[in-house]
Amino acid sequence: MKLIIAIIRETQLDQVRESLIQAGVTRITVSHVSGHGRMLAENEIYRGQKVIPNLVPNIRIEIAVNDDFVKVTCDAIFNATKANDGGLIGSGKIFITPLEEVIRLRTGETGKEAI
Amino acid sequence: MKITPRYFILLFLITLIPTSSLLAAEMPEIDTGATAWMLTSTMLVLLMVPGLAMFYGGLVRTKNVLGTMMHSFAAMGIMTVLWVVFGYSMAFGPNILGGWFGWNSDNLFLSGIDETIMSGGIPEYVFSMFQAKFAIITPALIAGAFAERVSFRGYCIFIAVWGVLIYYPLCHWVWASDGFLFNLGANGAIDFAGGTVVHISAGVSGLVAALFIGTRKSFPHLQMRPNNLVMTLIGAGLLWVGWFGFNAGSSLSSGLSAAQALTVTQAAAAAGALAWIVIEGFHLGKATALGFVSGVLAGLVAITPAAGVVQPAGAMALGVLASAACYSCILLKNKLGFDDTLDAFGIHGIGGIIGALFLTFFIRDSWMAAAAEKAGGSWTMWQQFGVQLTAVGIAIAYAAVGTLIILYILNKFVKIRSSEEAEMKGLDNYYHGERGYGMVNPN
Repeated sequence: MKLIIAIIRETQLDQVRESLIQAGVTRITVSHVSGHGRMLAENEIYRGQKVIPNLVPNIRIEIAVNDDFVKVTCDAIFNATKANDGGLIGSGKIFITPLEEVIRLRTGETGKEAI
Repeated sequence: MKITPRYFILLFLITLIPTSSLLAAEMPEIDTGATAWMLTSTMLVLLMVPGLAMFYGGLVRTKNVLGTMMHSFAAMGIMTVLWVVFGYSMAFGPNILGGWFGWNSDNLFLSGIDETIMSGGIPEYVFSMFQAKFAIITPALIAGAFAERVSFRGYCIFIAVWGVLIYYPLCHWVWASDGFLFNLGANGAIDFAGGTVVHISAGVSGLVAALFIGTRKSFPHLQMRPNNLVMTLIGAGLLWVGWFGFNAGSSLSSGLSAAQALTVTQAAAAAGALAWIVIEGFHLGKATALGFVSGVLAGLVAITPAAGVVQPAGAMALGVLASAACYSCILLKNKLGFDDTLDAFGIHGIGGIIGALFLTFFIRDSWMAAAAEKAGGSWTMWQQFGVQLTAVGIAIAYAAVGTLIILYILNKFVKIRSSEEAEMKGLDNYYHGERGYGMVNPN
């Protein structure tokens, strides 16, 4: 079992979700996060003045999957973030970590069945 | 002769007589009471536009909140400029082109009314600005039908063209003294404050535009929840308050008819709101906040054409009727799969039609008597119903056909619908480079 954590652009959440659902990955947790990588943030405009925010709003997606779903999930996210990206830096990253245990609260199932 | 204060007053009055009588011959004296109320009403109607921005803004998804609010604010800019430059000339000038619209080139840039006082004792500037607010809110209402999927540039051009070709002619027909609907039947088609001109035309045009532009991406499979119902409720509150200017101001006086309009406006809104949550309570088992304010709007829309002629009991009946009709139409819309996103047609179109037609059965006797006198004998409820039906039919047909033609031609030059990319990213980011709730970011 693996935990996939993806940090993506705020504006690409819908297209990533659509792509994941098409790939058959339907369990997902989404949160608003802030941060920055090497990127210079995309400019925003307030009253005619361009500002560069030092912490950029991003979306963090967490998906716990069984091993045979890792590639499908990552491909879905990867392909979706390619579209409408504009080739700028700051598209985000995917982190994959091993997952020790999963417990489904309703039934108490554990392991592969619970994912 | 003894010099007393009275002597000076007399002397003063004598010197005044020639000039004041000269002025009096030209135009009526200012009625400060009526003018004060009309100034207030003008501001109240403008208050409805930010109210509408909040009402609509709260109902869309987070990524479109600013874009949707901008639809209302952009209307304030565009429609005001057009109105001042030539809109007032077109809407309230004498008939040209067989009465299609009016034209009075003296009123370009409002230059011809700089010192005019109208017969009701109010400066024409006030009347003109009061009417300008109606021209602002009407296209802003349409925006609800195609929210979340329209390009900003396309929207701006559309409302400008729509205002000129649809709104000004309709406004001229119904409210200008030589408009043909103003003079239909014994005593004119009844449209006190804009049931046909504002609500039916906006609702019908909205429906046509929503069908023309198509549904939002992933509609109706994706649940699209309102981002902030608190803002929607505040907006609805502002609309309710502003509506007293809309209706009671449309009497163009500060007296009995303003008081009548004000009372029935309150009664209809309250009855509509209660009816909506009762229906919803029976149907779904819960009374929602959005349902309550939808009922408020349905009642207010229905009473708009009727505010000058019905009494409070009739007003409450209209409110209940409008809520029932709008509620059913929204259910029907969901069945049919139309994406009239914020129910511009479901509430303004249907509510306006219900109000403009069914007001016939609640008209006060004195109005009917006056109509009978003008008709030279008798004037029945059903004859007036025929007049109302004609006016409503003409408004629906003109708005629907006109909007379709405008959209068809305009779409050849500017894409009205936003690109898929813009729709996914959200209008706020794509068209305005801003975000609605940026302050939430720990930055």
